[in-house]
Amino acid sequence: MTQLKCENVSLGYAGHAVVTNLNFEVNAGDYLCVVGEIGTGKSTLIKTLLGLIPQLEGEITRADGLSARDIGYLPQQTAFQRDFPATVGEIVLSGCLGHCAGRPFYNRNDRALARKSMERLDIYHLKRRCYRELSGGQQQRVLLARALCATSRLLVLDEPTSGLDPKATAELYDIIYDLNKKDGITVIMVSHDLKTSVKYASHILHLSAESIFFGSRSAYERSALGRVFLERIEEEHHD
Amino acid sequence: MTDMFTKLAIYFQYPFVRYALIVGVLIALCSSLLGVTLVLKRFSFIGDGLSHVAFGAIAIATVLKLSNNMFIVLPVTVICAVLLLSAGQNAKIKGDAAIAMISVGALAIGYLIMNVFSTSSNLTGDVCSTLFGSTSILTLSVSEVWLCVILSAVVIIVYILFFNRIFAVTFDEAFSTATGVNAKAYNLLIAIIIAVIIVLAMNLVGSLLISALIIFPALSAMRVFKGFKTVIFCSAVISVVCAVIGLLVSILASTPVGCTIVAADIVLFLIFMPIGKAKA
Repeated sequence: MTQLKCENVSLGYAGHAVVTNLNFEVNAGDYLCVVGEIGTGKSTLIKTLLGLIPQLEGEITRADGLSARDIGYLPQQTAFQRDFPATVGEIVLSGCLGHCAGRPFYNRNDRALARKSMERLDIYHLKRRCYRELSGGQQQRVLLARALCATSRLLVLDEPTSGLDPKATAELYDIIYDLNKKDGITVIMVSHDLKTSVKYASHILHLSAESIFFGSRSAYERSALGRVFLERIEEEHHD
Repeated sequence: MTDMFTKLAIYFQYPFVRYALIVGVLIALCSSLLGVTLVLKRFSFIGDGLSHVAFGAIAIATVLKLSNNMFIVLPVTVICAVLLLSAGQNAKIKGDAAIAMISVGALAIGYLIMNVFSTSSNLTGDVCSTLFGSTSILTLSVSEVWLCVILSAVVIIVYILFFNRIFAVTFDEAFSTATGVNAKAYNLLIAIIIAVIIVLAMNLVGSLLISALIIFPALSAMRVFKGFKTVIFCSAVISVVCAVIGLLVSILASTPVGCTIVAADIVLFLIFMPIGKAKA
């Protein structure tokens, strides 16, 4: 079932296109990794998919009854969030606001959903702890739990592992993979970590200044673009 | 000690002292509510900027000889607040620069207008009382007290009703927008509330000291408490306590009201800082 489809889309800010002629589609249960070097428009793509900025050209269709309220988003952390006075419970619960149309306060269902998300990510015992006192990996779990409150269908993750140590990075990748496989949540993830992306993803969207690749992981590993980049990583690894 | 209480008891027989206390407590309560949001959004100085805009508007109202200057001051301040807070992210002149520009610009133009057109014999006195609040809180009329009570009640009710959304938008605007919360509308709401609070607070502490009333309670509370709800609650309590202490001291010691309240806020911040350190 197609959830999201981009046809001949151009992306960018203020009339200046970063990416042109982009075509891809995401089906329910896919794990799509968006890779590419800095400045190739990965974050712009995410912001456009979420409706935070408009596309310059082309059409983005949400199908399968997917609305803005069905998208869970894990943004890159901003500097000021690191000293924000809020408890884990408060932050996770705020993910439910999309369902609270016309209601000023949270109800029992919202609280139950927040608890379920926290238990799913194994942070329920941190419920009353202050967000700014947590480790980077724990903070990402909190934001992921908040995203799970917003949706059970499509998660959009923007560089979820940036700033994490290798152990926390591996754990987070496992959690995301688990959510995709066990809970059937579609994942769209932006990453600069090509190696791990290729390991977990079912589909790859590679943005580069010269060309765009979209296809399954195995097709990517066989493609010219994919081979060049994967080899380059192997070399860096050996150095 | 008993001397002090008899002196206070005598003062409280006068209605204007009671009015000052009611208005002081309400304004302190309202101004502390949004302090945390503004500090976290790096908009601590918006109080200064907007209050100077209000000062400029008062200057114009005085020159035009309007009987109730609230009708010009409130809309002008609200418009500027909306421009600063909602256009802030995409504007060519960003955040702090825009605030600084509007702030000093309005101050200069306001004083210029008052100086050129004013018929008052005590121009320096007028300006000083607008800037530092001086005694205007002790000369409130009954209708001004009612206006303040009504506006404060509206601010508090709106804040409570939208508390969860204000939290979400403060913590993470991108996430809120992406999941279908209208962050722009709530930024607008925050801007309007803050403008109303500033116009109210000008009576209490004057336009130069409003920022102190907004940020000190929030900063003190943020030292010690960890949850958003507890921080807001604590900063409201701190703000009200400081306003009451400041008012009482200023009555007993005949010091300027606004400065005394701000001094009380500073003392409490200095007490809370080591407590926060010790807890961490």
